[in-house]
Amino acid sequence: MSAEITPPADPHAVSSAWEDPAGIVGFLTSVDHKRIGVRYIYTAFVFFVIAGLLALVMRAQLAEPKNHLLGPGAYNQLFTMHGTLMIFFFNTPVLAGFGNYLVPLMIGSRDMAFPRLNAFSYWIFVLSGLFIGASLVSGHMPDGGWFAYVPYTNPTFNPGVGMDFWGLGVVFTGISTTVGAVNFIVTIFKMRAPGMTLNRMPIYVWSMLVFGFMVIFAVPAITLAAGLLELDRLFGTRFFDPTGGGNVLLYQHLFWFWGHPEVYILFIPATGMVSTMIAVFSRRKLAGYLWVATALVGVGFISFGVWVHHMFATGMPAMAMSFFSAASLIIAIPSGVLFFAWIATMWSGRVTFTTPMLFCIGFLVIFLLGGVTGVMVAVMPFDWQVTDTYFVVAHFHYVLNGAVVFPIFGALYYWMPKMTGRMLSERLGRWSFWVMFVAFNITFFPMHLLGMEGMPRRVYTYDPSLGWDHLNLLVSAASGFFGLGTGLTFVNIAWSRFRGAPATADPWAADTLEWATASPTPHHNFTAIPVVASRHPLWDKGALTWAETTDDPAGRSLGPDGARTRTTPWTSGADTRPEGHLRVPLDTVVPFLLACAIGVVFLGLLVDRSVIWGLGLALAAVNGLLWAWRTELDAV
Amino acid sequence: MLLAAAGPSILHGDGSESHRLVGVWWLLLGLAVVVVIVVVGLVVVALVRRPGPSSLGDDWWIAAGGVALPVVVLLVVAVATVDATAHLRIRKPDELRVEVVGRRWWWDVRYPGTGVVTANEIHVPVGRPLDIGLDSDNVTHSFWLPDLAGKVDLIPGQHNDLRFTVRQAGVYQGLCAEYCGLEHAKMHFLLVAESPARFETWLAGQRAGALDATGRTVFEQSACAGCHTVRGTEAVGTKGPDLTHLASRQTLAGDTVDNTAAELRAWITDPQSLKRGALMPAVPLSRAQLDAIVAYLRGLR
Ligand code: HEC
Ligand SMILES: [Cu+2]
Repeated sequence: MSAEITPPADPHAVSSAWEDPAGIVGFLTSVDHKRIGVRYIYTAFVFFVIAGLLALVMRAQLAEPKNHLLGPGAYNQLFTMHGTLMIFFFNTPVLAGFGNYLVPLMIGSRDMAFPRLNAFSYWIFVLSGLFIGASLVSGHMPDGGWFAYVPYTNPTFNPGVGMDFWGLGVVFTGISTTVGAVNFIVTIFKMRAPGMTLNRMPIYVWSMLVFGFMVIFAVPAITLAAGLLELDRLFGTRFFDPTGGGNVLLYQHLFWFWGHPEVYILFIPATGMVSTMIAVFSRRKLAGYLWVATALVGVGFISFGVWVHHMFATGMPAMAMSFFSAASLIIAIPSGVLFFAWIATMWSGRVTFTTPMLFCIGFLVIFLLGGVTGVMVAVMPFDWQVTDTYFVVAHFHYVLNGAVVFPIFGALYYWMPKMTGRMLSERLGRWSFWVMFVAFNITFFPMHLLGMEGMPRRVYTYDPSLGWDHLNLLVSAASGFFGLGTGLTFVNIAWSRFRGAPATADPWAADTLEWATASPTPHHNFTAIPVVASRHPLWDKGALTWAETTDDPAGRSLGPDGARTRTTPWTSGADTRPEGHLRVPLDTVVPFLLACAIGVVFLGLLVDRSVIWGLGLALAAVNGLLWAWRTELDAV
Repeated sequence: MLLAAAGPSILHGDGSESHRLVGVWWLLLGLAVVVVIVVVGLVVVALVRRPGPSSLGDDWWIAAGGVALPVVVLLVVAVATVDATAHLRIRKPDELRVEVVGRRWWWDVRYPGTGVVTANEIHVPVGRPLDIGLDSDNVTHSFWLPDLAGKVDLIPGQHNDLRFTVRQAGVYQGLCAEYCGLEHAKMHFLLVAESPARFETWLAGQRAGALDATGRTVFEQSACAGCHTVRGTEAVGTKGPDLTHLASRQTLAGDTVDNTAAELRAWITDPQSLKRGALMPAVPLSRAQLDAIVAYLRGLR
């Protein structure tokens, strides 16, 4: 089924134009979307492990009533860090990392539209992660919850530097997410290979497009929320201080105007991954391509109209809130479309049970349960009972841990061979999946019952008379096994680096363009740009055709010449006519320096020294000028 | 039943609101079970059936399963939502008004027009519509009685009300459901629902000033009086709970411990040993003073 893959020219001849300098210099200056993407993934997983360990400590504390392992102060810091790290520093960036690696390959480009911006966004992510991680190391962790509700996070009730780590860290990392999103959107609209019209774009690319747009509309709200909070904290404004005319609910509105779409910002790329893998392992094209693309866009839109369902207990007028209740229910329809597209695909396909497919199947079950409880909590009066209880903790772990992390693990097994050139062990992979799947459900399912028995969220202890002890013990025990299951995959990745079977260019007999080039991907991705004639270029009859360099300026970078000159074509947004070419910038340290300068600004704000943040601003300005002034061709 | 009988549960349905929501829950659960069985069943069949083309086209699959099925389910859910919303939290004649203020980390309870002030224990008559007014002068809390009604937040700068009726006499566990800082976990309370006659007796008892007992002057002259009120004495502090009828309450410090002489003594000696973050300091007292104060407070029925 898969087309024969024959890059038209000797790859060694071109790769020298793309090689990064060796060692640490190359590490700091690379603008290669693949290096950046892989780095994003690894870095994000470091945060995953840290945040996961924090969760295990919390579960140890809750394993029995009146436990004295942690006091309230420590416990409150742990759940704040757990949520913050998972959402801001694992889930979002890991998906951005996959997108970074895959989107240019899937659309047949040699890099992202703005490679230097890409490097910049990674460095901001790392530095903001280190910034907030410093709170952990220094023992001044924020304790306001990942949602940091005012007035508890106002300086009156929460003095000290802990909350500033959170507020500044969130604004800091928002820069990364935002510029990353712009990069995705422009890349997807302007860098697609000839022939890949919008309706031939892989569903995963659609999902990253929706991701990009959602980020751009949602992230300003959290930046505003955290930014105004920091103005209150650092500069004495009273935006959220009710005793100074500020408004408490304003913060909640701003937070959830980002917070709810954020859930879908994470979920949508995950569905893109699942759609890709299910089709490949069912050996047929995805059912209902247009339905699915429309549903993704639909979810993106609707998700901006549901934020108040996090605020049903705030006493706003029932009439007004009912609107949000209805909108939240409606989201079930596009979700249903996605779900049945996957069922239809498997139904008439020939399913092979590889590890990535197992993770997809696990995802289906978990997502279904999370979706069903999602409908329950969308019912406003019922939500009055279960909101802020373990029922909700269960619900969102089904959707965020289950329906996002499972696809991500599947994606590791599926795409790692392309990234490293080595397969992961299927045997270990299956073990990892089954341990994770079983432990996941034993960890999170009983939480529904705990919530119904009245156990609220964010409590560090409970009395035995409440009857919550048995289920909590069960949950805590299972959570350890869930951690173990994820650990097996990490072991697998480490093992495969040295012992994994070499991956062929297209080990899964897949349909999308990333499999049309060698594994691991050569620096320049494609010697010649592929010409796309269908939605499934590698499943077409006959070999994939490769573009030739043409004489007019628009076509100059299409063929091997483009690879030799470190350029990549750009094309018209809808019908992908070649319009010109982009010089892929040489490696440069400016993005790193600019990110560092911005880091100095945040550091200065944190320690409240205007000299330091003033210096940071000056450095940032210098670096910004340097960036604007140096061209792509200047290696600095 | 799935849920333990011992502790609270949203399925007990002892209040007008929770009772209606128990019905909503069973409807939602029923629909959920049907949907899960159908969909998981389809997934399983899709995985195990012999590969081959489907008699149903892709579009039909999606239209039927992905659109029609959710639409039908959601219509039922929407009707149930509107119906429940329309019946809940509405103003009724002859409501009993109780004013609750969320403090860190305890509940201030007042009965307007009676002068009664108490803490962490709300008494109400069974069968009479209640209007619980909810306020906060500090951070956000949330008032929740799982057996009786859903939550309403106590938001600084905004007054909220929770309206429901208790259907069944009993002592109900209440708690704070919105994270409010250090001792959020120990911000519980009790709601005692009793017959109207017993409620009136209780209210009359609470209305009276404190009994005059030995130890009063020790209390009045100690730091305690700066934070606590004992009505009818010189203790008029407001940072801590009103102690006028402390001995009539079942628990101490937001339902953290039972109200016994030993626990009371332990609490006064070192509040943080029972509730790490409690905003009450350990006041240095001589043994004699401590004895006097404990005896005095134990007498405040
Ligand atoms: C700085 C103010 C302050 C001082 C001084 C103080 N208290 Fe308290 N007290 C509090 C606060 C606040 C609480 C509520 C703590 C909680 O539940 O988190 C409290 C709770 C109590 C309670 C439990 C009330 C209930 O219904 O749960 C008792 C009893 C009590 N205090 C007695 C005393 C005595 C006796 C003294 C003097 C030795 C004293 N307090 C001094 C602030 C104070
Ligand atoms: Cu509270």
